[in-house]
Amino acid sequence: MNNLDQLLTINDLHTGFRIKDTYYDAVDGVSLTLRRNEILAVVGESGCGKSTLATSIIGLYDHNKTRVQGEILYNGENLALLKEDKLNDVRGEEIGMIFQDPLSALNPLMRIGEQIEEGLVYHTKMSKQERNTRVLELLKQVGIPNPDRIAKQFPHQLSGGMRQRVIIAIAISCKPNIIIADEPTTALDVTIQAQILDLLKELQNETGAGIVLITHDLGVVAETADRVVVMYAGQIIEEAPVDELFANPRHPYTRSLLNSIPQMNSENEKLQVIQGMVPSLVKLPRVGCRFADRIPWIPAEAHEENPTLHEVSPGHLVRCTCWQHFHFESEKGGNPL
Amino acid sequence: MSFMQINDLKVHYPIRGGFFNTVVDNVHAVDGINLEFEKGKAYGLVGESGCGKSTTGKSIIGLEKITSGNIIYEGVDVTNKVRSRNSAYNRDIQMIFQDAHSSLNPRKRVEDIIAEPIRNFLKLSPGEERKRINELLAIVGMSEEARIKYPHEFSGGQKQRIGIARAIASNPKLIIADEPVSALDLSVQAQVLNFLKDIQEEFGLSFLFISHDLGVVKHMCDNISIMYKGRFVESGNRNDIYTNPQHIYTKRLLSAIPEVNPTNREERKNIRRAVEVDYLTNHHNYYDENGRVFDLQTISNTHQVAMSAQNKGGM
Repeated sequence: MNNLDQLLTINDLHTGFRIKDTYYDAVDGVSLTLRRNEILAVVGESGCGKSTLATSIIGLYDHNKTRVQGEILYNGENLALLKEDKLNDVRGEEIGMIFQDPLSALNPLMRIGEQIEEGLVYHTKMSKQERNTRVLELLKQVGIPNPDRIAKQFPHQLSGGMRQRVIIAIAISCKPNIIIADEPTTALDVTIQAQILDLLKELQNETGAGIVLITHDLGVVAETADRVVVMYAGQIIEEAPVDELFANPRHPYTRSLLNSIPQMNSENEKLQVIQGMVPSLVKLPRVGCRFADRIPWIPAEAHEENPTLHEVSPGHLVRCTCWQHFHFESEKGGNPL
Repeated sequence: MSFMQINDLKVHYPIRGGFFNTVVDNVHAVDGINLEFEKGKAYGLVGESGCGKSTTGKSIIGLEKITSGNIIYEGVDVTNKVRSRNSAYNRDIQMIFQDAHSSLNPRKRVEDIIAEPIRNFLKLSPGEERKRINELLAIVGMSEEARIKYPHEFSGGQKQRIGIARAIASNPKLIIADEPVSALDLSVQAQVLNFLKDIQEEFGLSFLFISHDLGVVKHMCDNISIMYKGRFVESGNRNDIYTNPQHIYTKRLLSAIPEVNPTNREERKNIRRAVEVDYLTNHHNYYDENGRVFDLQTISNTHQVAMSAQNKGGM
C-alpha cells in the first residue's frame, strides 16, 4: 500500500459529548485509514460510537456540546480543525453522505430534482441547462425509471427504496472521493436492500470512491465490504480484511456477534451469546479491557493492562490479549494461561 | 390435533371518497388465509413491509376487525366476539409487540404491568399475586428489585423481557410475537431468542412469529408461511421453504438475504440477478391478471404453493 492510495487517515480521534460539564468520549482513540476504491465497513451495536465516528468526519455535530480531538486527514488537511464554511466546501464535493432514514433526510417541500441540484449549485459553476442534464443523468445512474417525471415529484410520492436511491444520487452528485453511508439499508426491505447494496458497489467500481459503510448487520458487511472494523465502547477492537474476519474472528466480542446471528444454513438449537450489553458512556470504565466485564469467566490476567491493537496476521489487528485465552462460557477450551 | 383454526381470514379496509364519502374501494390487507395451530409448535409468518403480516396477528388477537372468515378456538367460533374478561380465548392468546417501549404504560410500575393479565384473568390473593410476579420475573431473568421500577429505567432488551413476562403471566397457549426482536441489537436479540425458545419448551407454548427476518424465523419456527399482498404464496416446514422453495417470490426473498459468509458473494449476486429476471419474465405463472396471488395448491404433505390450477401438473 502506498500513500497515494490513502484517501482518509484518522489518527487517535476522540469525540466527546458534554454531560453536566464533563466530556464523555463516545469515540475513544480511533485510528483508521480509508483507501481508494475500497468499502470499509464499521460494525458494532448501538452505542459503540460508529455513527459518532461518521458525524465527526464531516463535522455534523453540535459544536457547543461536542469536543473533537485528534486528526482527520484528508488531502493534507485536518478536517477536525476546519471552520464551518471551509467544511461546507468539503461536504458534498469531497465527501458525500448517505443517511439511514431517507424520508427525514429529504426536504418534504422540495422537488426531487431541486434537491439533487442543490449540491451542484453550491459546488460547481454549471449552467442551469447543464445542471438539469446532470440531474437526469444521476437519476438514471441510480436506477430510477422515468427520470424526467421523478425529478418533478416530491419525496412523499416515492417508495422507501426510491427515496434511498435519490439520497445516493445526491451523495454522488459532485463525484466525491469519499462516501460515508450510515446504515443505508436498515430502513429497507431485504429485496430492496440487496438492490441498493448492489448499486453502491457498482457506483464505487465506476468512480473509484472510498466508502465508509456503517452498519450493525454482519450480513451486509459480508456481502459488500472489503475491509472491516469492529467497534465496541468507542474503540476499535478488531480490524481485518473481510474474508479474514469471517474466517478467523479473534476478539471475543466479534466471535460473540457472529455467533448471535440466527443463520439460514445452520440449525443449532442455541445461539452462543455473551450476556449483557454495550455499557453506557457515563458508566464506562476507561481502564483495562472494556470487554472484561462481560466475560468474567476469563481470568483477569488474560487481559492487558492497557489494551492496544496487535497485528496477528497481515492486516488483521486485535485489541487486548484476552482472545488467546477466550472460550464461550458453555464450552471448554481456549489456551490456558 | 390443532387447538385453533383460522379459516379464510379476510381484513379489508374501506377507501372512502367521492361526493358522499362513500366506500369506493377496499384495501385487501389480509385476503383469505388459513392457519392451524398445534400445541408446542412455532409458526412463522414472513413477508416484506405492507404484506399484511402484522394485520393478521392483530386480527387474530382482536385488535383489528375481521371482515370475513372465522377463528375457531377449541371448537368455538370466536370471530369478532365481544371479549369479556372471563373469556378463555382472551386469556389463552397473548401478544408480544415489536416496540417494547411503547407497549408498556410509562406511568405504571413493572409489577402492575405484569400483574394486569393476572388481575384480569386469574383470581389470586395479593400474596399469591406477589409470588407469581416474582416467579415471572425470575423466568425472564430479572431481579425482584425490578418490581417497583418504571419502564424507562430499563434497556431495550429488558423492556422486551418485561413484555414477555406480561405475555406469559396468564399461562397462555398461543403467543403472537410481532417482530419481537427487530428493534434489538444483535447480541440482545440472541439473548431474547434463546429465552423464547426456553419458555416454549418449558411451557409447551405455541408461537406465531411474525417477522421480516428469514434467519430469525428459521431459527425459531417449525412451520413457515410466506406472505405477499395479504395472501400466502408458500407454506411449509423449514426444509420445504429453505431447501425447496417453489414460488418465485420465496426464491426472490431468499436470494436477497445477505449471507454471513463473504467467500462466494459474486456467485450469490449472479443468482440474485437470475432470480430477478425470472421474476420479471415469469410473473404471469405466479400471479393472475390483477396481480393477485393464486390459491395454495398442495404439493406434498407439508408443502403448499400458490399457483394456478392448470399449472399444478407442470411445475
